[in-house]
Amino acid sequence: MTNIQWPELIIFAVLFAVVTVLGFVASRWKAGNTLDHLDEWGLGGRKFGSWITWFLLGGDLYTAYTFVAVPALMFSAGAMGLFALPYTIIVYPIVLMPALRMWSVSRVRGYVTPADFVRGRFGSPTLALLIAITGIIATMPYIALQLVGLEAVLRTMGINGSGIVGHLPLLVAFIILAVYTYQSGLRAPALIAFVKDILIYLVIIVAIIYLPSKLGGWSAIFDSAQAKFDKTPSPSDGILLNANNQLQYATLALGSALALFLYPHSLTSVLASRGRSVIKRNMVALPAYSLVLGLLALLGYVAISASVKPITNNATGKPDTNTVVPVLFDSQFSAWFAGIAFAAIGIGALVPAAIMSIAAANLWTRNIYKEYIKKNATPGQEAKQAKLASLIVKFGAVAFILFIDPQFSIDLQLIGGVLILQTLPAVAISLYTRWFHRWGLIAGWVVGIGWGLIMLYNIPNAATGKAHFGGSALALDKLSIFGWHPLSGSQLQIYVGFVALVANLLVAVIFTVVARQMKVFNGTDDTEPEDYHADEHDKDLREIGVH
Amino acid sequence: MASGKADGKVRGFQFSPWNLLLIIPLLVLITSLFNTDGPRLFGMPFFYWFQFVFVAVGVLCTGIVYAMTRDKPTSDRPDRLSVDELDEGDVK
Repeated sequence: MTNIQWPELIIFAVLFAVVTVLGFVASRWKAGNTLDHLDEWGLGGRKFGSWITWFLLGGDLYTAYTFVAVPALMFSAGAMGLFALPYTIIVYPIVLMPALRMWSVSRVRGYVTPADFVRGRFGSPTLALLIAITGIIATMPYIALQLVGLEAVLRTMGINGSGIVGHLPLLVAFIILAVYTYQSGLRAPALIAFVKDILIYLVIIVAIIYLPSKLGGWSAIFDSAQAKFDKTPSPSDGILLNANNQLQYATLALGSALALFLYPHSLTSVLASRGRSVIKRNMVALPAYSLVLGLLALLGYVAISASVKPITNNATGKPDTNTVVPVLFDSQFSAWFAGIAFAAIGIGALVPAAIMSIAAANLWTRNIYKEYIKKNATPGQEAKQAKLASLIVKFGAVAFILFIDPQFSIDLQLIGGVLILQTLPAVAISLYTRWFHRWGLIAGWVVGIGWGLIMLYNIPNAATGKAHFGGSALALDKLSIFGWHPLSGSQLQIYVGFVALVANLLVAVIFTVVARQMKVFNGTDDTEPEDYHADEHDKDLREIGVH
Repeated sequence: MASGKADGKVRGFQFSPWNLLLIIPLLVLITSLFNTDGPRLFGMPFFYWFQFVFVAVGVLCTGIVYAMTRDKPTSDRPDRLSVDELDEGDVK
């Protein structure tokens, strides 16, 4: 632990302390009658207005890891890294309508998780269990990635030890987070998100105005990036896309957009809002973050231009490109401003980590514990169970980082995105139609997940020398259907999750047709057509948080 | 758009033609439209500033859909919240 940056660390610690206090105070913020109900603990009383929802969703979807990893990808791969921008441009138009229907039906029927909805729609605990497990598995490494973002900041401030001691500050930060999330539920990240985002906006606006003027303008920055990419042997980098990775760029953006609101944590923030108009306003206003994300991505090029060298991770001995933005701030700004920037990223890790752990805990409680372990659990017991589960989920994520190479959680997150996309037919399409048969959806899920994993397993990464799970870009040449290569010779790349989803849908259609022919029972639909249009002022809505 | 039933409730699938505007932002997925260096704006290659412009296109399209469908179809009371009331948080 040499060369610790004291001024940065002190500012970081002070802001962290402020947030901690907020996290505990949050339990009393707009409190309902009781915190012992999932409506209250897990969804903040289902009454967040437009502003709170905006901060909450923004804090949820644009995570510390995004803010660190997207610029890092731009730094090392160039234009391909900007896929995150079209991804966040198209996600809101795509998601607007389904999100409204999901909110309404969940509000009327008291659903807390996407698996709750599937359970009600098809009367199938099995299908709901598959959706719940997919959600939990996809969320865990996502939480771990927030820690990767937090660690990148800590490492830049000089806390870069090897072994367990080096991880100690991270562990302390996470214990604090775990305790106040346990105490306050979704209200904690909702309140903290205000602080996080004000800091993030402040830092980005300053950075994006000040840095280019210091480094000779955008023109010079892009030229220096181009010069760097020209020197590398890799054909796939550059400040523009090449002939082979354009399809990958578009399908990755589309696949990621479709996946985003299937993640249990994004639905948690949607369901916590007060009404449909709140969600609509947010889908209009959330792209403000996309702008920030795009500008942040460009900091990857700014870092090239400023000759930033990534810090070597003493735990693994390899350079960690995730540190490029922190190092850029450290080298270009005075210590106090860098401290604020680091606090913004660090606190930015806590908000999504809290929401994700709550979402995973809700899934566990509603769709596994209550369904299979304790069928007659009272709302109070459910809340207790979810609180405990949220602790376990968070410490599971810490264990990922402590005992396993962080690179592993990055790989797992990549897999998680492909997995969660396979719940699209059961969760999103079922909001519109019950044409699909529940056994068709199960079969499609199995094929989508199975084939998706096989394809990911077989992708090598030349840059890191890994033979498996080297990325999500599949060359069409390698596309194999039981050994048949229909697109042999094509070097075009495509996003694996997208291919798996197409297979998933095809299988679901075939099985649905067969099951309908055989007149297999398709479960009972608990929902009514008018449930999908309920709104906040309807007279006969369910009461919230009632035992 | 079909109107609600007598009790203010809507059954079945509702569709407004305005929703078709939501397809426009998807044009940003056609990379061949903008995968070029020039013309540059403030030194930024076309590839970059075009996508930033599309953030605004997305906001515009989603915003129009929101504005045109806001009073429909479920609530008997129009959506007239002012900013100050937004976060009162009480469910009526």
